[in-house]
Formats: sequence, structure tokens, C-alpha cells
Amino acid sequence: MTPTTAVYATGLVKSFGGFRAVDGIDLTVDQGEIYGVLGPNGAGKTTMLKMLATLLPIDAGQASLFGVDVAREPHRIRQLLGVTGQYASVDEDLTATENLWLFGRLQGLRSADARATAKRLLAQFDLEEAANKPIAQFSGGMRRRLDLAASLITRPPLIFLDEPTTGLDPRTRGQMWDTIRDLVADGCTVLLTTQYLDEADQLADRISVIDRGRKVAEGTPDELKSSVGDSTLQLQLAAGADQELAAQVVGRVVGQEPVLTPESARMNVPLDVADDAADVLIALRQAEIPIASVSVAKPTLDEVFLALTGHDTGEGDQETTREHLALEIR
Amino acid sequence: MSTLTFDPTPTTPAATATVDPAAAVARAHARVSPAETVSQTLSMAWRALKKMRRNPEQFFDVTFQPLLFTAMFAYIFGGAISGNVQRYLPLIIPGIVAQTVLTTCMSTGVQLREDMEKGVFDRFKALPIARIAPLAGPMVADLVRYLIAASLTFVVGVIIGYRPHGGPLGVLGAILLAVFTGWAIAWIFTWFGILARSARAVQGYSMMVLFPLTFLSNAFVPVGTLPGGLRTFVKFNPVSHLVSATRDLANHGVLSSEVGWTLLAGLVVIAIFAPLSVRSYKRHL
Repeated sequence: MTPTTAVYATGLVKSFGGFRAVDGIDLTVDQGEIYGVLGPNGAGKTTMLKMLATLLPIDAGQASLFGVDVAREPHRIRQLLGVTGQYASVDEDLTATENLWLFGRLQGLRSADARATAKRLLAQFDLEEAANKPIAQFSGGMRRRLDLAASLITRPPLIFLDEPTTGLDPRTRGQMWDTIRDLVADGCTVLLTTQYLDEADQLADRISVIDRGRKVAEGTPDELKSSVGDSTLQLQLAAGADQELAAQVVGRVVGQEPVLTPESARMNVPLDVADDAADVLIALRQAEIPIASVSVAKPTLDEVFLALTGHDTGEGDQETTREHLALEIR
Repeated sequence: MSTLTFDPTPTTPAATATVDPAAAVARAHARVSPAETVSQTLSMAWRALKKMRRNPEQFFDVTFQPLLFTAMFAYIFGGAISGNVQRYLPLIIPGIVAQTVLTTCMSTGVQLREDMEKGVFDRFKALPIARIAPLAGPMVADLVRYLIAASLTFVVGVIIGYRPHGGPLGVLGAILLAVFTGWAIAWIFTWFGILARSARAVQGYSMMVLFPLTFLSNAFVPVGTLPGGLRTFVKFNPVSHLVSATRDLANHGVLSSEVGWTLLAGLVVIAIFAPLSVRSYKRHL
């Protein structure tokens, strides 16, 4: 731990009955970074966040935020931290302004200051029009924004975001991402959990992948992706195209046999570099092989998981041998 | 891969950084001061009052029960127990006051349980506030409900012919005592509310406790008419003491020892159940 460490945790453990939801996680987040915790449902992401936020007792291990011990000084921790959960934690019976005013008052703002802060945050989060509407009339995106606004009243230096965009439409998701980047530009440190690789990729400076309560990998998004493998070019050949010839042509370009599915005339081409996709298409055109459709698939969270853990994100394969690749990318 | 690469966000705080972690750490204090606790409790009370105003059905029990029960019990039992309704009123009105205030306590617990299941409680837990504030706030707001319940019972009583000899001061004293006792006992139900799995369960437990306690007391009948064993129970039943104290104040304007015992019992209940509730609430996280 250095003076610029925002979150420092070693050997965190949380058990529910006999089940270890978090099973010995180490975590170091530097000040001013966006740190992404990536994992499927039930991996232990939320449980870990709750322990760090004093919302769940820590069974074993140690954690500190800005050098303040989480277990010993929970009240100080709560003053350093804004938490936005998976479900909007605002009062449904109050209006947006009343919610923010109440949270401001509870945190020691004078009534007039609380009102001014509420006004400023509502403007910042584009909620002015809805300021005096009951939350029950809010859309999902508006609730999330209000929820995040409520976490920022005292300008805490550290923000926890638990799946901040789950269930949001793409436009609202983009807005949320911009907001998160603004926070960091202001000097905040952000620890977020997500189920989406592209979200972690877009936002996070560093990512750790969590599976079954353990950290299975950590690194920058690029390190993580290159450890997983690269994109795939998916080709649908037109009816009557010579599939054998197509496979040969593609093989010559990428130096590796593509995977053919003859029944459906589909071909999956592994790509080292995305530029290769253009070369493949040009070669096919020159060989006069017609194509019905083309797409480039990014590695999905499922593929990342398969590569890192030897099982997919689904619940169906709990019996598979636990093969945690102790893959630590630095 | 080009679709995946992304210009990394600036990770160093901008020149105009407004958030200073070191200053925030230095500012953060280790405990909530008593003054902060009071202010936070009052903010929570404000929230509860707002909610009451927006959901007026929360006032149904404290208005209908005094109206209905006072008139109903007076006219049904009056003749049988005291010879006529007029003579029964000094007995029954303080009894109904006690009963109404106790049933109002029950809804304190039920509403807390419902409230705790809402998302906003997650935020209350994460905020740097006194743990007692989210519990005590709604209870402070509930003082309004106890006040309505107790006052309305007396008003209905006076309308149907009750003439309290304790005078306005005696009645005022009786109302205040009932409000205080109700508030004290509400801590028991607050504790139930935290422990129970659902609002329905709170209601179930509470009825089981309250129904025997209010009926097996001197609230509706003179104790002399009861068989021996039951009479002993009634004598020790705390509800009987509240009823007697209310009668002493409203009917005779006397600050009797019953009043003292009731106040003491209320303080004891608070001293036990307020810390117990806070402890359970902390564990409930």
C-alpha cells in the first residue's frame, strides 16, 4: 500500500452458511483510477463491494480505504465513500429534490446548502424537469442518475458503483459512462462492478475478473483481451459458393485454417489483428467467392471466462472441475 | 481488434480537481455527536411526516378506532357493567385511550418493517449517520398519531356525555402520559419490526401480544368482578397501570403513584428496547 492507494484489501472472505461468496480476494485500487470488477451473476462482486462499504461484516482478511480501516472505523469509511447500488436506493414517496435535500441534511448540510446542492446536482444530471415529480414516475435511467447524484452530495473521494448500467438502454448507458468519466476527471476514484466486458473495456483503467468468489485475472483491458484471444471474423458464404476454395484462400491470408460449418456455409476466421479482416475479404473477392454476410465478433464475457476459468458463466456446469488458471497479468 | 480499442480515459486528476482525498480523510470524524444524532433523527422524522401526508390512509387507525370503539363499547357494555352508559364512561374512556395508543404502537413496527424492505434503507445504512436515526425518526413522527388517537378518544367521550372531573389539566396530563407510554412501548414493536421477516409477521406477533394484554386488564371492566387467578394477572398487567394512571389524571386530576409507576415502566422499556433495536438493526445489515 502506498500513499496514493485508494482501496487496499487482502484475503477478503465472506461466507453465508457453508458457502464462500467471497473467497480470499486481494484488491489494490490507486487514487484517480477507474477499477472494474468483472464477473457473472453470483460471482461475489456485490458481496465484496458491500464488505468494503461497511454494509456487511468482513469474515476474514483486512481492508482499508485511503488508509482508514474498514472494520475498525466504519463511520469514517462512510464519510469517504459514495455507494450506488444495483437497485436505486432513493425514497419512492419523495420527489427528487426532497430526496437529495434529505440526504444532504442527514450528512450535516444546512437546509439552504442542502437545497442548493440538490439544485446543482439535478442540473448536472439533467433531472431539472423532474425535480418535483415523485420518483415513482421516473424511468429506470432517471432513477439511476438520481441515485448516483445522491451519492455525490458530499463529494466523496471514492465512489462504488454496483453494475451502474445493468438494464439501461444504450443511449442512457453512454450518458452514464460520460458521467463516470467526469467524476474521475474531478479527482474521484471509482470502483465499479459489471457483467459486461465492453463496459469494463470502455471505462476501466484496470480490471479484475472474479469467479466464484476468487480473483482469476487482473490487468488492463488490453492485457486481459489479448490473454483471451482476439476477434473472430464470421463469414456467411452465398449459396453455391465453393467452400473448400474459400477455406484455402482464407487460410493463406491468415496463416491458419478457418473453422467451417459446411451445412450452413458458415466460416469462422480467427483474427490476430483486426486489419486482417480486410485482407480476408479482398482475397475472397479476388477469388470470386460470393459472401452473404460478414460480421466481426469481439470476445464476449463468456469467452473470457472460458479462457480464464475453463468453464462458462452459466449456472449449468457447476460440476466441472474447478480449474482456476492462476493467471495474473501485471 | 480495432472495434475494441479505446482511447484510455485520462487517469490523472484534472488540473481543476475538486476532490481531495487527503482532506476528506482528515475531515472524517470517528463518531456521531449527540447533536448530529438529534438533527439526523429530526430529518428522518421530516421524511416520515411527508410520507404520512402523502398517504393519508395511515391515519385511518388513529381516527376510526377512537370514534368507533368508544361509541361501540360504551353503548354495548355500559348498561351491563355500570348500570348505564353515563356511569360507565369514566371507566371505559381511559381504557380505550390505553387500547388505542397500544394498537397504534403496533403499526409503528409494521410500517418500519415495510420501510426497511425498500431500497432507500440501503442508502441509510451506507450514510455516515447515527444508526438510531432511521428508527427513531419515524417514531418521533408517530407522536402525531398518538396525540390524535388519545385526544380524539376524549373528544368522542365528551360528545357522548363523559365529564372528566380532572378538568382540562387532568385530561391534558392523561393525554401526555398516554402519548409517552405509547412512544415507549413502540420501541418493543420497532424491535419486532427489525427482527420479523415480513410486515404481516409483525402484525401477527403484535396482535398475539396486544389482544390479551388489553383485554385481560382493567380497561373495560372493574377488576372486582374477575375470578381470582385472572385478577392477579390483571393486577400485574402493565396495561392496567396505564389505565389506572389515565383514570387518576382524567377523572380525579391526581398525580398518583400509578402515574409514577407508568412513567418508570415507560423509561425502563425505552432503556431496554431502544439499544436492543439499534443492535438488531446493525446486525440486520
